[in-house]
Amino acid sequence: MPDANPLVAIRGVSKVYERGRQKVEVLHHVDLDIPTGDFLALMGPSGSGKSTLLNMIAGLDVPSEGSIKVAGQRIDRLSANELARWRAAHVGFVFQFYNLLPALSALKNVEMPLLLTRLPAARRRRHAAVALELVGLSDRATHKPGELSGGQQQRVAIARAIVSDPALLVCDEPTGDLDRHSAEEVLALLQRLNRDYGKTMIMVTHDPKAAEFARRTLHLDKGTLIGQDR
Amino acid sequence: MKYLPLLLSALLRKKTRTVLTLLSVAAAFTLFGMLDAVRVAFNAPQSVAGIDRLVVASRFSIIQPLPYGYLVRIEKVPGVKAVAYANWFGGVYQDPKNFFANIAVSLPSYLDIYPDIVLPEQQKQAFLTTRTGAVVGESLARRFGWKIGDRIPLQATIFPHRNGGNVWTFDLVGIYHAAQPELRGIEQQLLFRYDYFDEGRQFGQGTVGWYIVKVEDPADADRVAQAIDHLFANSSDETKTQSEREFQLSFAKQIGDIGLIVTAIMGAVFFTLLLLTGNTMAQSIRERIPELAVLKTIGFTNRAVLLLVLSESVLLLLLGGGAGLLLARLGLPLISAASSGQLDLVMPTQSWLLGLCLMLLIGFIVGLPPALRAMRLRIVDALAGH
Repeated sequence: MPDANPLVAIRGVSKVYERGRQKVEVLHHVDLDIPTGDFLALMGPSGSGKSTLLNMIAGLDVPSEGSIKVAGQRIDRLSANELARWRAAHVGFVFQFYNLLPALSALKNVEMPLLLTRLPAARRRRHAAVALELVGLSDRATHKPGELSGGQQQRVAIARAIVSDPALLVCDEPTGDLDRHSAEEVLALLQRLNRDYGKTMIMVTHDPKAAEFARRTLHLDKGTLIGQDR
Repeated sequence: MKYLPLLLSALLRKKTRTVLTLLSVAAAFTLFGMLDAVRVAFNAPQSVAGIDRLVVASRFSIIQPLPYGYLVRIEKVPGVKAVAYANWFGGVYQDPKNFFANIAVSLPSYLDIYPDIVLPEQQKQAFLTTRTGAVVGESLARRFGWKIGDRIPLQATIFPHRNGGNVWTFDLVGIYHAAQPELRGIEQQLLFRYDYFDEGRQFGQGTVGWYIVKVEDPADADRVAQAIDHLFANSSDETKTQSEREFQLSFAKQIGDIGLIVTAIMGAVFFTLLLLTGNTMAQSIRERIPELAVLKTIGFTNRAVLLLVLSESVLLLLLGGGAGLLLARLGLPLISAASSGQLDLVMPTQSWLLGLCLMLLIGFIVGLPPALRAMRLRIVDALAGH
C-alpha cells in the first residue's frame, strides 16, 4: 500500500537533453514514491537514467516535465540558489570517487558542510568529530585523504554527508571504486545509518550484491521504471 | 575567516606550483617597491632647507658650464662659508664598460668642503703638489687593482687633450675612504686637479661644471640659494642652486624621463605577472572542477563559489605581494647606502597603498575568469567529468 505522505514524491518526471539539434529523452514519465526511512537501490544498465533520476531527487538537476516533492516541498520550482540552500539543509551526498579536499584533514573535510551554517567553530568541530566517530574513524581525524585507504576515504565522505543531519542521503555508486571487503564495510555502514538513525537512502549501483543491502531495488531501463525487487 | 582553511587548501593543493607563483609575485612586487621608491625620489619636490652644502649649476642644463669668474662673486654672498668647483671629465679606463665617475676638482677647497673624503695627510700633500696627481676611492682602487704610484690612462670622451691625443695620464698619489660606511658610494670616484684639466683641455678654458657652496648656517641655506641665483639672474649664464641630492638626480635624469621609464618597466612586469598568475589560476581551477562541483553539491551557492575563487586569487597576490614589498623595504637602505646617500630611497605610505591596490586589482583580474567559470559550472556535468 503506497505511503500517504512519502518523503519523496515524483510525478510524471521526464528529462530531455538537447545535443545540438538532437533531443535525447533520458527519463520518461517516471512516477515514484520513496517513504521516510526507505533504503532504495536504483539499478539499470548504463544510460538507463538512474543517475539522472538521483540527481533530480537530490536537487542537482531539474526535470523537463513533471514534479518532484521532497518533504512536501516542490523542489523543481526552486531557483539555483534556493536549491543550493535546500541541498545544504536536507541532502547528504556520497560519490563514487569520495571527492574529498586533499589538503584538508579528515575532520576539516567533514566540517565543510557546516561552514554554511551559523554554528561557531567549536561546535562545528564537535559535530564533525561525532560524525567521524559514527563512521569509526575518530583516530584518523587529523589524517589527510592521501593518508587513508579507499574505504576509509569513503567513510570520511559518509561522515561529511551526515554531519549536518540531513533527512535524505543520496549515494552514487558509493562502492564503485572499492575492493569487495571495503565495499561491504561501507554498505554495512550505510545500512546501519538507515536502520539505526532512520536516514532515508537512495543508492545508484551496478552491483547486485550492493543492492542486497537496500530494503528494495528499482530497475530502470531506457528512462522507464521497469520493476522492483522485494 | 571560517573559509580560510578552504582557501589555504586550494593554495596548498600543489605546493610547488604555489611556491613558484608566490615567488614570481614577490619578485614582481620587490621590483615594484624599489622602482616606485626611485620614481618617488625623482619626482619628490626638493628643498635646500637645513642643508649645509649646495650645488650651483647652470639653470638650463647641467652640461652647460659656468664662468670661472662666478667664484669670487659667490664667495661674497652673505652666508657663504666656502666655495669649491668641479667639472665632469667623462673619461674611460680601457673599456667603456668600466664606467666610474672621474672629476676635475679645485684644490684644496674641494677636499676642505668634503670632509667625507678621508685621505692620509701625506697623500693629501702629494695630491696638492703633484700636477698630474689623482686620488681614487678604496672601492675603485680594489676594483681595478690600483696602488699608489700607478699611472692611470683615461680615454677622453668629451675633452681631448690639447696635445692632440685623447689619452690623459694621471699619477695615482692617494687612496681615500669614506668617512662613514653609508657614504661608501663616493669611493667609486677618481678625482684629479682642476688646474691640470683646465690647461690640458682643447676648449672650455675658464669655465667650470658646477660650484659647491658650503653655507655658514644650514637654516639659512634657502636664502643663500636664492641670493646666488638672484645674483646671476638675467645674465647669459643663469644659475640654479640646489641640494647635492637634487643635483645628482639631475645627472641621472639626463638619460630620459625616469618616471616614464620606471612606469614602463613596471607595466611590463605586471603584464607578465598577469599572464603568469592568470595561467596558474586557470590551471588550478581546471584541475579542481570536481572539488568545486562538490562544494556546490553540498550547498555552496554560485556566488559563494565565485567569491571563494576570487578570494583565493587575491590571497595569492596579497601573500606574494606583501612579501615582495617587505623585501623591497629591507633592500632600499642598502641601495641608498651604495649611492653614498645621494639616492635617499624610501617607501612612503603611498607606495604601500599603491602596492596593495595593485595586489587587489591583479588578484581580481586574474581570478575573475576562473571564478566565473567555477560559478557557471553545472554540477551534473562537472561530476560526470565533462
